Amino acid sequence: MSRIEIRWHGRGGQGAVTAAVIVAEAAIAEGKYAQAYPEFGAERRGAPVRAYTRVDTNPIYTRAPIRNPDVVVVLDPSLPKELYLEGLKSGGYLIINTKKSVKEVYESIGRSDIRVAVVDATRIALETLGVPIVNTAMVGALVRVVPIARIETIEEVIRASFSGRLAEANISAVRRAYEEVKVST
Amino acid sequence: MQEVKWRRLPLNSNYAVAYAVKDCDVDVIAAYPITPQTTVVEKLSEFIANGELDAEMIHVESEHSALSAAIGAAAVGARTFTATAAQGLELMHEMLHIASGLRLPIVMTIATRALSAPISIWCDYSDLMNTRDASWITLIASSAQEVYDSVIQAYRIAEDPRVLLPVMVAYDGFIMSHTYEPVYVAENPEVIREFVPRRKTWLTLDPDKPITLGPIANPDWYYEIKYQQVVAMEEAYKVIKEVDEEFGRRFGRSYGVIEKYRIEDADIVLLTYGGLFGTVREAIDAMRKRGINVGGLRLRLWRPFPAEEIIESVKGKKLVIVLDRAISYGARIAGPVALELMSTMYRMSEKPEVLSVVVGIGQRTVTEEDIAEITALGMKYLEEKRVPNQTIYWGVRA
Amino acid sequence: MQGKQLPKWNEIPPGGAILEPGNSVKRPTGDWRTFRPIIDKEKCVRCLLCWVYCPDAAIKIIDEPYRTASGKEWKFSVEVDYTFCKGCGICVEECPVKAIEFVEEVK
Repeated sequence: MSRIEIRWHGRGGQGAVTAAVIVAEAAIAEGKYAQAYPEFGAERRGAPVRAYTRVDTNPIYTRAPIRNPDVVVVLDPSLPKELYLEGLKSGGYLIINTKKSVKEVYESIGRSDIRVAVVDATRIALETLGVPIVNTAMVGALVRVVPIARIETIEEVIRASFSGRLAEANISAVRRAYEEVKVST
Repeated sequence: MQEVKWRRLPLNSNYAVAYAVKDCDVDVIAAYPITPQTTVVEKLSEFIANGELDAEMIHVESEHSALSAAIGAAAVGARTFTATAAQGLELMHEMLHIASGLRLPIVMTIATRALSAPISIWCDYSDLMNTRDASWITLIASSAQEVYDSVIQAYRIAEDPRVLLPVMVAYDGFIMSHTYEPVYVAENPEVIREFVPRRKTWLTLDPDKPITLGPIANPDWYYEIKYQQVVAMEEAYKVIKEVDEEFGRRFGRSYGVIEKYRIEDADIVLLTYGGLFGTVREAIDAMRKRGINVGGLRLRLWRPFPAEEIIESVKGKKLVIVLDRAISYGARIAGPVALELMSTMYRMSEKPEVLSVVVGIGQRTVTEEDIAEITALGMKYLEEKRVPNQTIYWGVRA
Repeated sequence: MQGKQLPKWNEIPPGGAILEPGNSVKRPTGDWRTFRPIIDKEKCVRCLLCWVYCPDAAIKIIDEPYRTASGKEWKFSVEVDYTFCKGCGICVEECPVKAIEFVEEVK
């Protein structure tokens, strides 16, 4: 694995920053190198927020912002597509929380040079957590599509950062999304 | 001697500070919240609440009071800590001189941030550079690991009887303070505490043995007392290196007072400090692949200034490009480190050209491409023999 | 130059700390005085406000009984310590019964 750069899109309060950190934590726990950081300064509930994760098998020195991500993860399908498609590398992945099919997403984004993965994370979150906080479900979808950390490690990190029942509910969300995510061929 | 056991944790630089302060078993913490420093003290409050750290947390009403409280605590012999940024550091300014003048070994961390007005919560080094002449030892770290290690080293340096000066450990606000990355922290902090043993090395107030700290000094006395600080800074230079070397022998990580990257055969050297060096480093790798003979120098120690090492490193080079993230308004060479480098090089018989470049003001993005373009510009100036004797303000809309 | 007799930088405690407590007794500030307060033991009501206000702790309480002309018995007396009194006149100002005279020093 060489370097993988991920950009997360959500709205304030959906847990995009937490998701970025969980993935970095898991990669670090597996002995890899990782950085995770929020879009500095935007801490308002409901506002579009971005967070970033950079993972590598070798040490990471750069602190330049990620502008051409390999992977874009969209927590909120209501965000404008121009926002999340910006700079996404050709051949990269768009992993999006949506009720649409892969084909429908391709039709709406108008880009055929990227791969698309869809998961109905909102439904999964409502069924597992009872609230539409989709960040952990999207983490599950991500590690299925892009092998940057094992799902078992993600589960360990979640157990260490959430308490008892909440941890188990989030782990269910991760597993469900891991199973249900659909990727373009 | 017990062996250290490391845990590899994902920490941002603010949390790395908190872990180091805990592992040094600090007695008194006084701080006032300010972005992007706040989570340092939040984490320390958590450690105190959990019983992992037995320290007194003094909640104050301003940064001026935060450092005042730390000064009071240090004056009675406590190991003290405070942290701040930007306007907070400015508000402390008066007390910076009192802390160093009283020769109190306080340690403070700075998550560097641009100064108002206009209001900016984002990173640059204008706050830190304003403290240049306050007689504080100043280390600038470039990774969360180095932040952890430097805070530990800072207590050893500050409390050394040859030094007795306060120490600042600075790092990029947000760019480092809020970025998670792997950090090795001690699982058995006793080992760290062995490295920073409690020693009563400085003069303290004690009701059983009264002394006076901070009396008035008339013109017959003041000069000699300030000269003591000049000598203490000179001593500190040796002590900083000693402590870093001992830290390296003991724990396997050391940093030196400057860091060199691929400069041996380089014609062009990029000199900078803080988190930006990481970006410069990767830009150098990319440029090397394209056959450009460029290397990097990182200033880890700002005060005392590592003049000898810098001179040695730039000797024989054609061009040094200094990337500063602060502006000395009204100066022809407005990058504080560029200015320092040029005055340090003045007596060199054959000296490289220096290009002063200001970047990243108020956290304006700096990418590897920017570094490559700046280097190309420097090379062009060099070739045309017209390296400007004034600062380039990179990326400003004009 | 007076500086010649003063200690060198490395002979001064760090930061100019003063290691010996109570050294103000070594500086007899009494010779700064141009006006001298004199307490009239007849008029003095021993309220000790002068002792409270004196910035140089130069008011002495003397274990010496005193009987006034009108027959009032005092168990102690109050005097000025002229070794340290620098003649600021605060005691003169504060005395509620105007029992302190302020007279020019004749040297």
